[in-house]
Amino acid sequence: MKRTTTATFGALAALTLALPAQAEISDDVLKIGVLNDQSGLYTDLAGPGSVEAARMAVEDFGGTINGKEIEILSADHQNKPDVGSSIVREWIDEEGVDVIVDVPTSSVALAVNEITREKDTALLVNGGGTTRLTNDDCSPTTVHYAYDTYSLAKGTGQAIVQEGGDSWFFITADYAFGHSLEQDTAAVVEANGGEVLDTIRHPLDTSDFSSYLLQAQGSGAKVIGLANAGSDTTNAIKQANEFGIVQGGQSLAALLMFITDVHALGLETAQGLQLTTGFLWNMNDDTKAFSERFAERRDGQYPTMVHAGVYSSVGHYLKAVAEIDDDGGEAAVSQMKKMPVDDFFAPNGKVREDGRMVHDMYLVEVKSPDASEGEWDYYNLVATIPGDEAYKPLSESTCSLVK
Amino acid sequence: MTELLGIPPQVLFGQVMLGLINGSFYALLSLGLAVIFGMLNVINFAHGALYMVGAFVAWMMLNYLGIGYWPSLILAPLVVGALGVVLERTMLARLYHLDHLYGLLLTFGLALIIEGLFRNAYGVSGTPYPIPQALSGGQNLGFMFLPNYRAWVVVAAVIVCFGTWFLIERTRIGSYLRAAVENQELVRAFGVNVPLLMTLAYGGAVALAGFAGVMAAPIYQVSPLMGQDIIIKVFAIVVIGGLGSIFGSMVTGLGVGVIEGMTKVFYPEASSVVVFVLMAIVLLVRPHGLFGRPRT
Repeated sequence: MKRTTTATFGALAALTLALPAQAEISDDVLKIGVLNDQSGLYTDLAGPGSVEAARMAVEDFGGTINGKEIEILSADHQNKPDVGSSIVREWIDEEGVDVIVDVPTSSVALAVNEITREKDTALLVNGGGTTRLTNDDCSPTTVHYAYDTYSLAKGTGQAIVQEGGDSWFFITADYAFGHSLEQDTAAVVEANGGEVLDTIRHPLDTSDFSSYLLQAQGSGAKVIGLANAGSDTTNAIKQANEFGIVQGGQSLAALLMFITDVHALGLETAQGLQLTTGFLWNMNDDTKAFSERFAERRDGQYPTMVHAGVYSSVGHYLKAVAEIDDDGGEAAVSQMKKMPVDDFFAPNGKVREDGRMVHDMYLVEVKSPDASEGEWDYYNLVATIPGDEAYKPLSESTCSLVK
Repeated sequence: MTELLGIPPQVLFGQVMLGLINGSFYALLSLGLAVIFGMLNVINFAHGALYMVGAFVAWMMLNYLGIGYWPSLILAPLVVGALGVVLERTMLARLYHLDHLYGLLLTFGLALIIEGLFRNAYGVSGTPYPIPQALSGGQNLGFMFLPNYRAWVVVAAVIVCFGTWFLIERTRIGSYLRAAVENQELVRAFGVNVPLLMTLAYGGAVALAGFAGVMAAPIYQVSPLMGQDIIIKVFAIVVIGGLGSIFGSMVTGLGVGVIEGMTKVFYPEASSVVVFVLMAIVLLVRPHGLFGRPRT
């Protein structure tokens, strides 16, 4: 009898512990986990820069939240979904991390997305690009922030088709992000009357693109679409130059390119490329102020849209949590959806029901070396794509939260 | 249009050509590895890192000192070779009497340190290195557009590989080296300075890696990761060719380049693993490699 009572009490105690914490900041500390690539091909566009951006957002917020401390952790997921998943599980279960930020490499972002949904932890994706995060795989605890493959397709893809580039050949990175970007762009190309002649998929992190380029050259397509990122894109562009592809009359569409990639290629090679970005560092005084501060702390590296997005998303998250004094994933994210986003990154931004943060995107053209006025002055603004056009309309979303 | 294996002949020839070009890099790197394994019995994991250092030395010479591509082609390998001599004298030479696992671990650690230092200093996106003026542009071969620079890479690689083979197989110093591998004590008894020979062999082999690095700089981004990308593949090539077989590593390097190029046409997704599939098959059929002799 006595034993049963003890067992019942034990079970009750365990139950109480397992109940979700009441609306307050759990463990009296708010922990932000920045998860990204810190040693591989996406290090420069996300990596330590994103950690610094998160740190800046926390400092600008005042360093504490409702009297509680804010802490930042960071880790390297090596672009491997299994590595990313085990880090996130450990962070949430052992360290009490409350929000995961950045997560470039769509395959990792999708894996993490499942865990944060299950464990009621907020996930703010900036580096990852796949539209699955706000469609089939959407989650009440996830916000997709800086950009997605749909907005890239809508920007660069549409502009190029409308300029007459109506036959395409895709060179695609063979993982979730590449597939998503290729699919979204192909849809835009076809919707605008163009056609896709062929597609080649290459392994992530390939250094030699000559074989693929040769086939693209042979296909006679007017446009060679590069559905990849980071050093995959820069190597492909560099080698396309070597094989005289642009001189031969075909054009290259770098569907995702960051300012760090343009910096790495040099304007001599990159000039004339059109690309879509969610952030222009020298657009106005506010963006300049942030970017120059960032560059000072990062040895002269200017922020990519991922870095600026990390800053903005962390700031917005902190405001939301401070408002409701609750760091539960679903609670914080639903509060983020209620409040408008308004900072240098996304003036008049809003987080939609499906988790998509909608803000203006920019179609830019890379300047020629003569036109550039400084070391990081690389872009001419061609067009601003209003948020409502840049992102997939909510009515077409396949996200279960919308219906 | 007539087709070979389901693809137009132009494309096929083009891919064979590209395969040979990539194979040249594999051949240059695997040759150095084979020499080091054959002579020193060390599995040199730092080879990829030293290849990367070669590219960076060329880049630094251009950007900090204004020294162009052609002088770099000689100077950068010398710098890398000198670095190799220091590494061999201060570290590797102390491990020869131990199991060769120790050499592998040491060089693996060295590779991580060297790459880490460059990653901290230069980031991972890499920096551009221009193609030398004299070799810009290209030729239209009818079946493909061949950039002049790539043609030069094949020619230079073949000359250097042949030169190395000649040095080891057909000269007096080469014969000392081969003899020292067979029986160190005896060669020493004849008054030959064996430790010096070992040092020169290591320095020379890593200078080859440095040379490959300079050759690669104008094609790829000069990046701290470039060695990592290629080294595992090159190890597989050395295994396929036969550990320590100089001729084998050269032929296999070129051959694997071509096979990889073909894979990129027929099944691109597999292009990064085809070399390992090949290695597995060869190991099953001929455990000592295509051109290797069984070790006793």
